Formats: sequence, C-alpha cells, structure tokens
Amino acid sequence: MTTAVTTTEKTKISVKDLNFYYGKFHALKGINLEIPENKVTAFIGPSGCGKSTLLRVFNRMFELYPEQRAEGEIILDGENLLTSKKDVALLRAKVGMVFQKPTPFPMSIFDNIAFGVKLFESLNTSDMEERVEWALRKAALWTEVKDKLNQNGSSLSGGQQQRLCIARGIAIKPEVLLLDEPCSALDPISTAKVEELITELKSDYTVVIVTHNMQQAARCSDYTAYMYLGDLMEFGSTEQMFFKPMRKETEDYITGRFG
Amino acid sequence: MPEKHLSTQFDSELSAISTRVMELGGLVESQIRQAIYALSQFSVDVANEVSAAEVRVNAMEVDIDRELSNIIARRQPTAVDLRLLIAISKATANLERVGDEAEKIARMVRSIISSGAPRSLPSLELRVSADMASGLLRKALDAFARLDTTAAVAILKEDNLIDQEFDGFVRKLITYMMEDPRMISPSLDLLFLAKAIERIGDHAKNIAELIIYVVKGADIRHTSMEQIESVLK
Repeated sequence: MTTAVTTTEKTKISVKDLNFYYGKFHALKGINLEIPENKVTAFIGPSGCGKSTLLRVFNRMFELYPEQRAEGEIILDGENLLTSKKDVALLRAKVGMVFQKPTPFPMSIFDNIAFGVKLFESLNTSDMEERVEWALRKAALWTEVKDKLNQNGSSLSGGQQQRLCIARGIAIKPEVLLLDEPCSALDPISTAKVEELITELKSDYTVVIVTHNMQQAARCSDYTAYMYLGDLMEFGSTEQMFFKPMRKETEDYITGRFG
Repeated sequence: MPEKHLSTQFDSELSAISTRVMELGGLVESQIRQAIYALSQFSVDVANEVSAAEVRVNAMEVDIDRELSNIIARRQPTAVDLRLLIAISKATANLERVGDEAEKIARMVRSIISSGAPRSLPSLELRVSADMASGLLRKALDAFARLDTTAAVAILKEDNLIDQEFDGFVRKLITYMMEDPRMISPSLDLLFLAKAIERIGDHAKNIAELIIYVVKGADIRHTSMEQIESVLK
C-alpha cells in the first residue's frame, strides 16, 4: 500500500517507495512519507510493524548486516541517502541515534560526550569543555553531573544515562535525531524529563521517535505515523491521529481495540 | 461501542457509564411526561412529584460526572473513546437541564392553578409541542444508545418544528392578553411554560449533535443543515 502523505511543513526527510528486506522477509512495503523539519514525528504500531526498521534505514544502520537491503529513496537535503557515496560516519554525524537501552561508553561522563566530537572536529580544551557543557545543558543533565564529570558514565542512574546518550547524540550537532524507544527503560520522572527535552530539541533538530507508549507519542509529537505489518497505514497531525484518525485500523489500535 | 477493547474492564466501565446515562435519560423523560400530565389535568399532586424527582436527577448527574473523571484519569482515552466520554459528559449536562425544565413546567402549572384561571387559557394546545419535545428527547436517547447518525439528522430537523410551534403559540397568547388584561399574569406563566418545552427540544437537538461528534469527529454545532449533511457523506 502506498499512501502518499504530505504536510504543509518544510520537509526534512523525504521517503519515496521505500522497500526493505531482511533476507527474504519484506519488512517495509512501499513507504512514502515526508518528515517535517524542526518537528517531532512519532512512529507507533505493534511489535514487528517496521517502525524501528524504518528508523534504522534513516542512518543506514542496517548496512552493518549483509543480508539486509533497502530499495527506494530517502532524500535528506536533496541527496538520496541510500545511494550516497559519502562516508556513512558523516551521515551518522548528521543523523544521530539514541537507542532503547542507555548505552554509555565505559569512560568518564566528559569523555562520553567528547569522544564523538573528536571524530569530527578538532577543538581545543576550552572549546571542548564548552561543547560538553552545552550538550549536557541541552540534555537537562548539566546540574546533576557538573561536579562529577570525571566519574564513569555507567555510575549514573538509568534516566541520567539515557540523557547522557542524548547529550552525546546532540554534541556533534546533528540535524536529525532518531530516538528508538528512548524511555522504555526509564521511570516516569526520567521519562518526563526526556519528553521535556524532546520538545525543547525540536527548535534545533528534526526529531523522529519510535515508541510503544502511545500516550508518549500523544504528549510529545507534532506528527504521528501508524505502521502495521510493514505498511504505513496513516500519517497525520498528532491531534488528528488521536482525536479522529481517518482509518478505522488506526482508531482500533489507538484505542486499544487491537487484538 | 461494538468492538471490544483489549481491556475488558475498560469495556465494562464504558458500558456501565452509558447505561447510567440512559437511566438518567429515562428518569427525566418520565419527569416530562408527568409534567405534561400535570398541565393537562391541572394536578398539583403530579406537579409536586415532578419537583421531587429533581433530587434524584441531580444526584445521578453528580454520580455520572464522578465516574467520568475516574475513567478519564485511569484510562486516558483517545479517539472514539475520548469523543464518547466527552459526549457523555455533555449529554448528562443536557439531561439535567431537561430535568430543570420539567421542574419549571411543574412550577408554572402550580402557579396557573393558584391564579384560579386555568381553564380559560389555551394550555391544551401546548400538549402538541410538549409531546413533540418529549418524543424528540426519547428519539435522541435511542439514537445516542445506537450511535445512529441518520436518526440524529432527523432529530435536528424535527427540532425546527417545535420552534415553529412555539412562535405560533406566543402569537396566540398575545391575543389572549390583549382581550383580557386579567389573563396577563397566568399567560406569562404559560409563556414560560411554553419556553421550557421549547428548551427541551433544544436539549434533544444538542444530544443529537453529540452523536455526530462521536461517530464522525465533527463538531456540527452552529452549522447549516447542508454542512451537516456533507459531513455525513
């Protein structure tokens, strides 16, 4: 099914006729979608619907596995990511990703953030300190860790670790931030902080979030996409999707009538 | 709601609250019928019964509102569930107002009886519009229970007839008052009574509008019949 969906917003990522295969398994079926710039777009759908797969295609994470392939176009700033000859590390610097479980590097809080920055920029000590503080402030973590920047990243609580990963993701100043279930391992307070952060981040970044928590999509996204069995079923403003979706399938899923 | 939620508890909560609204509807419907009877028979006793039922109506409204808050807090409803609960909240408020109108009719009946001039006024003519209004409310409750948009549109159209009846009745009352100034005071009572009947029709119409809100997600208040019909296409 190909539902061409457009919004009146400026498009950041344009997905055209995207098909994705895990070996013989057809995981994404002709996806057409325009992700608006400086907005939060949420992907919802039951397990196995392809939402995380789609997120992984956006920064070519799937290329790590030989049997996986993508067909179609993903256009970011006028260039098709899937056929781009550019270094994939440069793409990932532009399209950052945060995973479900916090993944701090086994190093100090400071180095967790400086590590990625060093790969792309050569900053002097004071500029680097400034960048680390900036990223930690953006991720609403600065006040909690400013006195223990030399401690190991894994000494932080789960919620702090996840915000550390978000700080690490934004420290290299990407244009797009992909969040794959960023709060599923967090308590409600940490979740609320991350959600607050997501809302703040959108003024600088285009945020794409995959979530199992529908209320989270309702709370922090501007646009919502509902996926089912590899199809994009419906895409629209979050307000419309949660008040009166166009399709009955979407309404059934959103109201928990999905069996 | 025909289709079941994954949570059967949520289903039973929704069905329980819908039942409560229908019970409230049934109660105010019988209040209206009694009020009409009190008017046609000039019965103070029956009018008093209408007023007594008011307490139960109010208690049920409070009860339904509490249960609504409870469901919203616990379930965070979305889409059709959200629309249904908002509609139930508004329908409940409308039904309570219908109860108030029935009580107002009962009060006016007592006032007309005590003025001593009941039979000489055209009160029987109000029976037609009173029956129309109570019939309309019954239809609105039926349609709400079945979420029937076709019936809802028919109700919207029918309410216009009640409004026309009211306008005609007002003109007639004026002639009575001009003929005999002693009739002015009871005629005014009758005018308030006619207005109460007309308001019942309006509340039935509001409930019909809510049906379209639940089913189609469209707010059709203050729109034309053409716009409503285009929403339903």
